Amino acid sequence: MLELADVTTRYGAVTALDAVSIHVDEGELVALVGPNGAGKTTLLNTVAGLLTPATGTISFSGERINGTEPATLVRRGLALVPEHRRIFKDLTVEENLKLAGVTVARRLRRERVDEVGSLFAVLRAKWNTNAGFLSGGEAQQLAVARALMCNPKLLLLDEPTLGLAPTLVDAIFELLVTLRSQGRTVLVVEQNAHRALEIADRGYVLRSGRLVAEGLGSDLAGDPQLFEAFLGGGL
Amino acid sequence: MTQLIQNLVDSLGLGGTYALLALGISLIFGVMHLVNFAHGELITVGAYTAYFLFSTVGGSWWWMPVAIIASCVLASVLTERIAFRWVRTANPFTMLLTSFALERLSHALWQIGVSPKAKAFPKVSWAFDTYQFGDVRIEKMDLVTIFVTALALVVTALVFKRTLFGIAVRGAAEDFDAARLMGVKANRVILGAFAYAGLLAGVAAVLILMRTPSAKPDMGSAWLLAAVIAAVIGGMGSFTGAVAGGVALGMLQTFLQSYLPEGTLSYLNDAFVFGVIAVFFVIRPQGLFDVTHAERV
Repeated sequence: MLELADVTTRYGAVTALDAVSIHVDEGELVALVGPNGAGKTTLLNTVAGLLTPATGTISFSGERINGTEPATLVRRGLALVPEHRRIFKDLTVEENLKLAGVTVARRLRRERVDEVGSLFAVLRAKWNTNAGFLSGGEAQQLAVARALMCNPKLLLLDEPTLGLAPTLVDAIFELLVTLRSQGRTVLVVEQNAHRALEIADRGYVLRSGRLVAEGLGSDLAGDPQLFEAFLGGGL
Repeated sequence: MTQLIQNLVDSLGLGGTYALLALGISLIFGVMHLVNFAHGELITVGAYTAYFLFSTVGGSWWWMPVAIIASCVLASVLTERIAFRWVRTANPFTMLLTSFALERLSHALWQIGVSPKAKAFPKVSWAFDTYQFGDVRIEKMDLVTIFVTALALVVTALVFKRTLFGIAVRGAAEDFDAARLMGVKANRVILGAFAYAGLLAGVAAVLILMRTPSAKPDMGSAWLLAAVIAAVIGGMGSFTGAVAGGVALGMLQTFLQSYLPEGTLSYLNDAFVFGVIAVFFVIRPQGLFDVTHAERV
């Protein structure tokens, strides 16, 4: 479904992503882990169209999408839940979802807002509250709900558990599994490397912009040497 | 008391016009972080449109407002397509210089193409008829100005609260890239913002030209300055702020003009106005309203 072949992304003279090749197949849940500054966010932003790769090819559903406008990719079914959530704090919960429904046909939009809203009970309770007043966990659910508005085939999530209390972290991981069981393909970047790899079908380890390991999620999660070498030790 | 009411009516009219212009500036600033110094030129475009129509096909104030507003919307959209779109990703200073260049270019074109002198066109016959309420005399034009401005502001509030376009503009103003990730098309939302800013400037131009029916190459600059100040007073990027800033500036000007002693001091009205504004910014640098998302991420 998604394939990156030798993708390099630079910020000016700095190479943030260095000839990385990964693939995500239909129905898979893939985790991308690595220390800070490894290029994980750069990879997601490059796929989602916020950055244009310097070299290499990104293809989605068989089509080359290098440098395609995010708005176009969303319409083709590729959505990103960005780092730090970036929900619209000055808009209400409902308005956030309405805005995310810009890709949905006008007559279906109302229905879709209700449909997605009903998946998240906490959001229903704060429907007309400005999103700036939501707690971290609520804000994260809104960020995911917003991405679901376009009914994506492939969902990219950047650090969805960052800054959340442990019980909420559990809820987010459950949500990822649920999304996969609904037939969506998921690529998730996580700082909770171990837990993310445990639930993932496959995983990739990125360090300083290069791919250093890949394999089945369970294999990577059970490899102490890997954690020692690349993920700052400690399970 | 009579004087006070008179001043209030005057300042609401003037301040309302500032508010319409300040809203446009704030709107463009919100979506692309540009202080559009060419915004005042829309009034000039409207004025020459009226002048040409009156002097060629003849005209009537019954439909002239529509022509003026249409010309402002078109001009605003054209500046985006021809100039600003190409520098959108450049640094803010480049965008600022582009808007200055457009302003100067506009002055020069009217000077060379038409005349450096003011060109008058027919006035609105009833504009300065007055109504008498007790001791207070109010010009018809004052009432029209206040009513039209209020209507435009209410419509604007509804557009930004209720329509998908309005919500998209607010979202894009807060976090442009996040809005793109939701599927908002960058070109479309920015073009829409320019069109709406042009519409508001068009309404302002109609109100201004009904009072002073003449076109002059540099007539937009004074309005632009007032509008930028109003937008900054309100807190750039805040919609409520632009309106409050416009009305505050209108009041400040009107009341100072009215209460400063006749003679030398009244000539210094603008100096006093800017003095008060300077003091205001020392006390409250962020403007009347806090805008938390001033930087585009």
